[in-house]
Amino acid sequence: MDLTLILAGVIVFGVGAYVILDGFDLGVGILFPLMPDEVARDTAIASIAPVWDGNETWLILGGAVLFGAFPLAYAVALPAFYIPIMGLLLALIFRGVAFEFRIKARATRHWWNRAFATGSTLAAFCQGLLLGGLLEGVKVEGRTFSGGPLDWLTPFSLVVGLGVVGGYALLGATWLNLKTTGALQHFARRKAIQALGLSLLGLAVVSIYTPLKFPDVAQRWFGGTHWLSLSPVPLATAVVAVSLFREVRRGAQYAPFFYAIALFALAYLGIGISLWPHIVPPDLSIHDAAAPRTSQRFMLVALVFSLPMVLIYTGYAYWVFRGKVRPGDGYAH
Amino acid sequence: MDVLLLARGQFGFTVGFHILFPTLTIGLAWFLVWFESRWMRTRRAYWLELYRFWVKIFALTFGMGVVSGLVLSYQFGTNFSRFSDMAGPVMGPLLSVEVLTAFFVEAGFLGIMLFGWDKVGPRLHFVATLLVAIGTTNSAFWILSANSFMHTPQGAEWIDGQLVPTDWWAVVFNPSFPYRLGHMLLASALSTALVVAGGSAWCLRRNLYRGAGLAGLRVAISVLAVAAPLQILVGDLHGLNVREHQPVKVAAMEGLWDTTAGAPLLLFAIPDQDAQDNRFEIGIPKLASLILTHDPDGRVQGLRSVAPQDRPPVLPVFFGFRVMVGLGLVFLLLGAWGVWRWIGGRLETDSRLLSTFMVCTPLGFVATLAGWIVAETGRQPWLVHGLIRTADGISPVSAASVATSLVLFVIAYGLLLLTYLYYVFVLVRTGPQLPAHHAPAIRGARAGELADEVEPFVAARRTEP
Ligand code: HDD
Ligand code: HEM
Ligand code: HEM
Repeated sequence: MDLTLILAGVIVFGVGAYVILDGFDLGVGILFPLMPDEVARDTAIASIAPVWDGNETWLILGGAVLFGAFPLAYAVALPAFYIPIMGLLLALIFRGVAFEFRIKARATRHWWNRAFATGSTLAAFCQGLLLGGLLEGVKVEGRTFSGGPLDWLTPFSLVVGLGVVGGYALLGATWLNLKTTGALQHFARRKAIQALGLSLLGLAVVSIYTPLKFPDVAQRWFGGTHWLSLSPVPLATAVVAVSLFREVRRGAQYAPFFYAIALFALAYLGIGISLWPHIVPPDLSIHDAAAPRTSQRFMLVALVFSLPMVLIYTGYAYWVFRGKVRPGDGYAH
Repeated sequence: MDVLLLARGQFGFTVGFHILFPTLTIGLAWFLVWFESRWMRTRRAYWLELYRFWVKIFALTFGMGVVSGLVLSYQFGTNFSRFSDMAGPVMGPLLSVEVLTAFFVEAGFLGIMLFGWDKVGPRLHFVATLLVAIGTTNSAFWILSANSFMHTPQGAEWIDGQLVPTDWWAVVFNPSFPYRLGHMLLASALSTALVVAGGSAWCLRRNLYRGAGLAGLRVAISVLAVAAPLQILVGDLHGLNVREHQPVKVAAMEGLWDTTAGAPLLLFAIPDQDAQDNRFEIGIPKLASLILTHDPDGRVQGLRSVAPQDRPPVLPVFFGFRVMVGLGLVFLLLGAWGVWRWIGGRLETDSRLLSTFMVCTPLGFVATLAGWIVAETGRQPWLVHGLIRTADGISPVSAASVATSLVLFVIAYGLLLLTYLYYVFVLVRTGPQLPAHHAPAIRGARAGELADEVEPFVAARRTEP
């Protein structure tokens, strides 16, 4: 059995779970400064306070599994993206502590509001830079990164950064639509439409730019009969985007959030198809970067036992906090 | 400045910042388990007050631990990428298991522990508290296993430029791991006990929350009195283990330059790396040999036994060790003093004791940091002892990137630490407040147990059988 493939699957799953879960709570942070008033902000935070830490843990899992299962990819990609990663980490620090500090603060509360919003937005933007930079490729010589510190900084990666901010805002808005009522819900619906526009723009740029720039990617999508077997991906994306728009206009509670997730899943699938089988394009494939078998086996045993458990109790934690959050529901302990 | 120094400085700074918070959360999680279980058993309101109060500090501390830990898990790759490639097959799986079996448990149940009082029943709430405590301790288990491997590697071989694990059991239970785990968990217990004791003493001095203050002080003193002597014992065993596997580190801890039979225990000295000698030595003859070899004339290896480039920086190791051990003895005395006053029935009225505990609140963290400096700086110039040199492990990044991010981290962390301390003080001043949905607890309270009703409580205690 090809353990490398299974572990690559775990990373794909982990990063996907991260993007969707932390995506919606980062999205709440992105929308934070635009919210109508302080009551709305309290309610918005109360809707994510019990779960954000678990959501962020998927990012740690992604890093740790990459480190353990594909050490070479970890060793090449992290120095290559030194600056956006440091930006991401610093942003997540300020955003993470703002949850706790904000409720305790009185006179300085607006500072923590700002820290929360800026941190969330910057984190989303840096993740977009990482994605854009990764799609553009990383220079490798031997077993180390051989490019410069600013290789990731291109017009393309900046656009992808904006696209990710838009996408997370969409997830955040549809989450708020699902979890709240009244003025905040109205606000969320309006923002959902705008964020949808921004995300589709980002998606379009990636879909047009990557095949034009990289012949490999063009070949993957359009060579031979591939376009036929792959055509459901863009078609489904269009259908999902339209349905999302209609459900928001209709005032549905749940559907928009799940359509937003579907949109992300499809975009993710598209990126996966373009990258496959590379883990760090253009040189490193998942098999080049794979850890020795003993390491893979150890990780797999751990994953088989604990991942189902993780899913069960994470689901349980979401279940405990199900239902609408009302204005005035405190999140102090 | 060169990248090596900057990368080391950045890692040392961020990990040193991070460890302050786990040290408190690991211990405090178990204090909370105890408070909640006492509350469920006895229904005495002050146990609930203690829980509700310390859980706020716990939440604040936990948040700081999470964000600073996240940084570390990516810093291996950003700052030590060659090391990540070489040692990834060993370190990565251990960190992955930590995430899967510890971080997810902590994160999943923390939400219920903090916000779930009126969403789940009291039993489930207790289970959530318990699972968070188990999660923090389990996290210490795996990360310390990974760290211990870097001090005493075994069970792995060089294959194609990577350290490949051949025997996972040997990797996880490497020789220094049991000692390091025991020593760190005790360090956590001691540091937390000092914090709880300090906070409780403050309440008692101010005549506030006397029920909670006294109960908290008693629990803290019990932990202190048990953990302090144990820590000295475990530390001694740890030292013997280090001598076996990293004799040069022990030489640096002792400030011993020449291999000596009947080596003295230096109480004070200023080691001089370049001159390869000490200035202002004050020592007790033969004591180091006695401690390390259990023979007053035993031979102890000196620093000069290896080439200068294979020696760790002696000064921080030497002083770190003295600070840690000195504080270990102070904690022993504090525990004994507390027990003595408790038996005499004067715990809450001895103002000298209360003030001392207030002053000693941060000392556990000082000892813990000093201990880590001994262990980590003493490992230099190796990243993985005997296998990977620190200089060979760093990333091909520019000094400017590392320097800029280091400066940003120093500013950000400095700001956060100040804010954190400020809010902890605000919380301490506000004290425990029982929210409305704990009405049964408040109704069940006996006379004078709750906040502010000082006099009747003291009277009630005196007449209790
Ligand atoms: C002795 C224990 C100990 C030590 C030596 C370390 N940690 Fe830590 N860490 C913990 C004990 C801990 C903890 C008690 O489990 C924390 C503290 C607060 C928390 O959320 O969990 C934690 C949090 C924490 C988190 C956030 C977890 C979450 O989201 O819940 C990460 C990613 C790390 N750590 C990673 C590291 C790395 C890479 C370290 C080494 C270089 C490290 N820790 C040293
Ligand atoms: C959490 C408590 C810890 C503290 C306070 C601590 C402290 C330090 C310090 C002060 C340094 C700099 C040493 C020097 O360059 O002189 C350092 C380096 C380092 N430590 Fe630790 N350490 C801790 C835990 C860990 C753990 C658990 C790991 C690994 C799993 C680890 C891995 C490293 C690495 C990779 C370096 C950088 C290379 C080096 O300078 O040796 N540390 N640490
Ligand atoms: C009083 C007697 C003590 C002795 C003999 C002792 C001994 C030691 C030794 C030999 C080391 C170095 C291990 C290595 O380099 O690998 C160490 C490390 C350490 N010590 Fe102590 N120690 C004592 C007290 C304390 C106290 C009171 C604390 C904290 C409250 C503490 C916290 C630490 C920590 C956190 C480390 C680093 C992690 C580790 O290697 O275990 N120690 N100790």
